[in-house]
Amino acid sequence: MASQDRVVHPVIGPGHTFASVTDKISSIVLTTKTPIGWFVGFGIAFSLFMVFLATVSYLLVKGVGIWGVNVPVGWGFDIINFVWWIGIGHAGTLISAILLLLRQQWRTSINRFAEAMTLFAVACAGMYPILHMGRPWVGAYWLMPYPNTMGLWPNFKSPLVWDVFAVSTYATVSLLFWYVGLIPDLATLRDRAANRTVKIVYGFFAVGWRGSARHWANYEMAYLILAALSTPLVLSVHTVVSFDFAVGVIPGWHATIFPPYFVAGAIYAGFAMVLTLAIPLRKAYGLEDFITLRHIENMAKVMLATSLIVAYGYLMEAFMAWYSGNSYERFMMWNRMAGPYGWSYWALIFCNVIVINTLWIKALRTNVVYLFFISLVVSVGMWLERFVIIVTSLHRDFLPSSWGNYRGTIFDWSMFIGTIGLFLTLFFLFIRFLPTISIFEMRTLVPAAQPAEDKQ
Amino acid sequence: MSRPELYGLLAEFHSPEEIVKAAEAVHAAGYRKVDAYTPYPMEDVLDALHLHKTHVPKLALAGGLLGLAGGWALQYWASVIEYPMNIGGRPFNSWPAFIVPTFETTVLGAAFATVFGMLLLNGFPQPYHPVFNVKSFATASRDRFFLCIESRDPKFDRAMTRELLRGLGASEVSEVEP
Repeated sequence: MASQDRVVHPVIGPGHTFASVTDKISSIVLTTKTPIGWFVGFGIAFSLFMVFLATVSYLLVKGVGIWGVNVPVGWGFDIINFVWWIGIGHAGTLISAILLLLRQQWRTSINRFAEAMTLFAVACAGMYPILHMGRPWVGAYWLMPYPNTMGLWPNFKSPLVWDVFAVSTYATVSLLFWYVGLIPDLATLRDRAANRTVKIVYGFFAVGWRGSARHWANYEMAYLILAALSTPLVLSVHTVVSFDFAVGVIPGWHATIFPPYFVAGAIYAGFAMVLTLAIPLRKAYGLEDFITLRHIENMAKVMLATSLIVAYGYLMEAFMAWYSGNSYERFMMWNRMAGPYGWSYWALIFCNVIVINTLWIKALRTNVVYLFFISLVVSVGMWLERFVIIVTSLHRDFLPSSWGNYRGTIFDWSMFIGTIGLFLTLFFLFIRFLPTISIFEMRTLVPAAQPAEDKQ
Repeated sequence: MSRPELYGLLAEFHSPEEIVKAAEAVHAAGYRKVDAYTPYPMEDVLDALHLHKTHVPKLALAGGLLGLAGGWALQYWASVIEYPMNIGGRPFNSWPAFIVPTFETTVLGAAFATVFGMLLLNGFPQPYHPVFNVKSFATASRDRFFLCIESRDPKFDRAMTRELLRGLGASEVSEVEP
């Protein structure tokens, strides 16, 4: 290998000080002049969110019959989108928790907005299980154990109930983690805000943080423990999601490879979404010094690595279908590749296995425009993966007399597009009102902070 | 009860090296009611002031154990005592199936205990604190490092302590009103 082209990009641009890092990031929030681009983006996102609200209103009036689900495909867009969104969330926790425990410095500038992405993605995911009940205010007793007048309790032997516990715990812990990370930065915003009302609002949420050494000692320990708790938690979430399928007896679902294969897919999809958000964000706000090519390239490498695990999963599914000698399994795989939904299988292979391998080439891996495009392809691919797993497994199971086809209706699509609107609306609000990059953690990367650490 | 006229003396430093040196010197001089205010967590300052003790891990463990016991008890009580249901001939107490929700409630309990324990141990929410009376203290969340010696420290003496802090290279030493 020629050593001259091995350029290692720094995790922070040259020449930064404590003050410059603080001022740059906090000025995005505290400026009185909101960029026009923000209004345009927020307007589009909010319009899509309106589509969501309209669809949900109609859904609550008419019931889930407006969706395309029916016998034999009883799980359609609702669960496809649920799994898609929850998977996207996983990258946020991976960056904030697992990379913290592994002492990866490059996590620092991307963890805050990746965690926000997690929260918003989980919020979008949560819409589907809640709304698929049709009358959520009636159906809560199926999911949550609470003393109801009917004396009914959930069936704790069901993976669907496990899922409720896993996802609600995940959402809560992610919120706590995110908020704890924000406290010192909220104090910075409080101290720097010129407007009294703004000062009070940020001050309220900063709970009186003043950077005391006694507080930092407790804070650092709490942050570390939260990371240690989130690490097994995030792995458990997609594992439990995969149990929703793997515990069923349907060919194409009943496979022990599902948990690791789902977790890898979740991280893959999540990093794609982080790139989709990071690339325009750093350009729009001039954050190239903080989200450097090092971050971009590392994320591309994680995507490439997880794509290989996912590809192994696809290969093993096909191999096990053949090797099992089970005629239903063999038919399922043949039907998946050459049946009426064969196009979706091959599109999935194209998006998730073939295109991604171009990232072995360094020039493409560090080309942000190309990566942005790839990240969108991966998001589509991961959506197709869930579509393939759910629809092709259900639409032709054991008895040919009960076969049928499935397609999403306009309301399935409008609800999916609507949750993208919800996600982007929340994200635009986040960019405007909270620091997108962790300011206090960026201060630890500044050259001036290094000698004090090295003396140890 | 009359309030003390002075909370303490607050010294401002411009670099991480200075605050570490100052914290070490102040501790060596025998002051114990000392706190440092830094814009990011600094291990060296914690070492210098001997502030590494934290009770957060114990609280996290307690919260986790509570979540574990509570989650398990909920499932056992609902599935065996309150609402026994024959599902596929499985035993009412299907403990392997209860592991997953129990794991989740354990994590949840530990996370709540960690976060709220940390906030409580730090005395939050705390809308008022004397150090905020010093105008320049707003930069503690930006790029300045502060060291505060409280007046209730037995060794505290307005003139001598000020002299000590000055000698450690503080750019400014302010009196903190209570």
